[in-house]
Amino acid sequence: MKISGNIWKFGDDVDTDLIIPARYLNTSDPAELAKHCMEDADPAFAGKVGKGDIIVGGKNFGCGSSREHAPIAIKAAGVSCVIAKSFARIFYRNAFNMGLPILECGDTDRLETGGSLTVDFDTGEIVRKESGETFSTRPIPPFMQELVKSGGLMKHIQKNLKI
Amino acid sequence: MGMTITEKILAARAGQEKVVPGDLINADVDIALGNDITAPIAIRQFRESGAEKVFDKDRVILVPDHFVPNKDIASAMQAKELRDFAKEQELTWFFDAGEMGVEHSLLPEKGLVLPGDLVIGADSHTCTYGGLGAFSTGIGSTDLAAAMIRGKVWLKVPESIRFVYKGTLSPWVEGKDLILYTIGDIGVDGALYMAMEFTGPVIEQMGMAGRLTMANMAIEAGGKNGIIAPDAETESYVSPRAVRPYKNYRSDEDAVYAKVIEYDVSNIEAQVAFPHLPENTRGISEVGEIIIDQAVIGSCTNGRIEDMRSAAAVLKGKKAAKGVRLIIIPSTPCVYNTALKEGLFEIFTQAGAIISPPTCGPCLGGYMGILAKGERAVATTNRNFVGRMGHPESEVYLSNPAVAAASAVLGKIGSPDEL
Repeated sequence: MKISGNIWKFGDDVDTDLIIPARYLNTSDPAELAKHCMEDADPAFAGKVGKGDIIVGGKNFGCGSSREHAPIAIKAAGVSCVIAKSFARIFYRNAFNMGLPILECGDTDRLETGGSLTVDFDTGEIVRKESGETFSTRPIPPFMQELVKSGGLMKHIQKNLKI
Repeated sequence: MGMTITEKILAARAGQEKVVPGDLINADVDIALGNDITAPIAIRQFRESGAEKVFDKDRVILVPDHFVPNKDIASAMQAKELRDFAKEQELTWFFDAGEMGVEHSLLPEKGLVLPGDLVIGADSHTCTYGGLGAFSTGIGSTDLAAAMIRGKVWLKVPESIRFVYKGTLSPWVEGKDLILYTIGDIGVDGALYMAMEFTGPVIEQMGMAGRLTMANMAIEAGGKNGIIAPDAETESYVSPRAVRPYKNYRSDEDAVYAKVIEYDVSNIEAQVAFPHLPENTRGISEVGEIIIDQAVIGSCTNGRIEDMRSAAAVLKGKKAAKGVRLIIIPSTPCVYNTALKEGLFEIFTQAGAIISPPTCGPCLGGYMGILAKGERAVATTNRNFVGRMGHPESEVYLSNPAVAAASAVLGKIGSPDEL
């Protein structure tokens, strides 16, 4: 599975309150959450981000709360993948459970907003389209890609139960 | 090779004799917890899955504490989803407004979470129960839905860091300060994916309130869980309340740790975490002049009766400075009633404080004390992220209850010694 999109770069320790502030947690409607995605880091983000775009972060992305609204907001905003040096543990689990692929890559300092990337989940190869420069990450194992394709863990379970 | 307390609990719940860090286990859940923000998603997933009954109506606990009493129509709808589900599923432990308290204060107080338990909760501060000697960790709504159905959770066995606290605590220094100092030392991802085991003579002499506060903030260092071995202090707290049998575990002498970190607490002063990360800690003497608009004393971190007493000891006969809104939130009905009986409310109201019913409220910027642009608060809560208590350009400084109370009186962040 391959995806490509524009880079939106954020720093270290992007917390779940930045991803989706708690003042919007009186709903879990994906479209409503998407409107406020990354709002306190960049109020214009939801208006700028395009379908398939990629969020790039530093270390400890998604730290803080256990709110699944965070990966829901990112995914519903159109983001196809998050790449960061490391992820907070609850966010990591929630992202795949919601069907949002996320990748660890130690090299994100070299990536900036404005560029675009192609990411191959099978090989773990990330290519900057403009320069052809490559970055490596670990491939996403097939069963985790299945989770993503199904749209999350619960949908995956339902799909398999029907077979 | 021995096992740590975390490994022993996980092994027991997975039905294995032994586990080592890195093992993936499918473990039995003693308690699965959700609140009014996270449970609605889990409940919808539960329904969509076709499941009809929760795995055990005594072991799925719902506490609508974040936006209850309902702050607006949308929150009211979410709380109603919990109420309807609890009724339909005949959940034994659903705490509606009136009985409701901040979940991580309420469950230990009610004897619902116990030493040796494996607790998962769709709330990151579920790690609090490690203070009782339980393995407990935060998960998302999907994992909660799966656990509500099957009573199981898959987990990776974490490596453990052993923290050893030695020396003598200075006046006004307590569990909150030790955990803030620790996070300041190792950073907000210093224990990422790991168990934080708090040990040493200072912990052994610490009361349950301080222990729960320390375990509560393990997540702020990225930890999977925080844990303290149960002892006589734990036993005296737990045995009168426990709703079911429990088992105490201790780490073996030859347990293996990824790291051992020792602190001499004699050199640690009361801590303040500056915006916008809990790791930005400074000793109270190095804070400088930080004028505040609001002081909040409450939350799952510091809303227990001991915290109320600590604030009252500082506030007695004093008044909050003009221009400072002092908000005090006893975290459960029991804390509320005890504070009332002990005469603490009189001290608080005479100090000009607003006393809120139990709720998470302002801690996560919900309601009951939201900050305007440019405003600053000192709070006994656990996070000071951008926009955490309101406007994205407001600021939150984290401290213990005595420092928050003193700061309210001083009008700026300071120590009770300055009063």
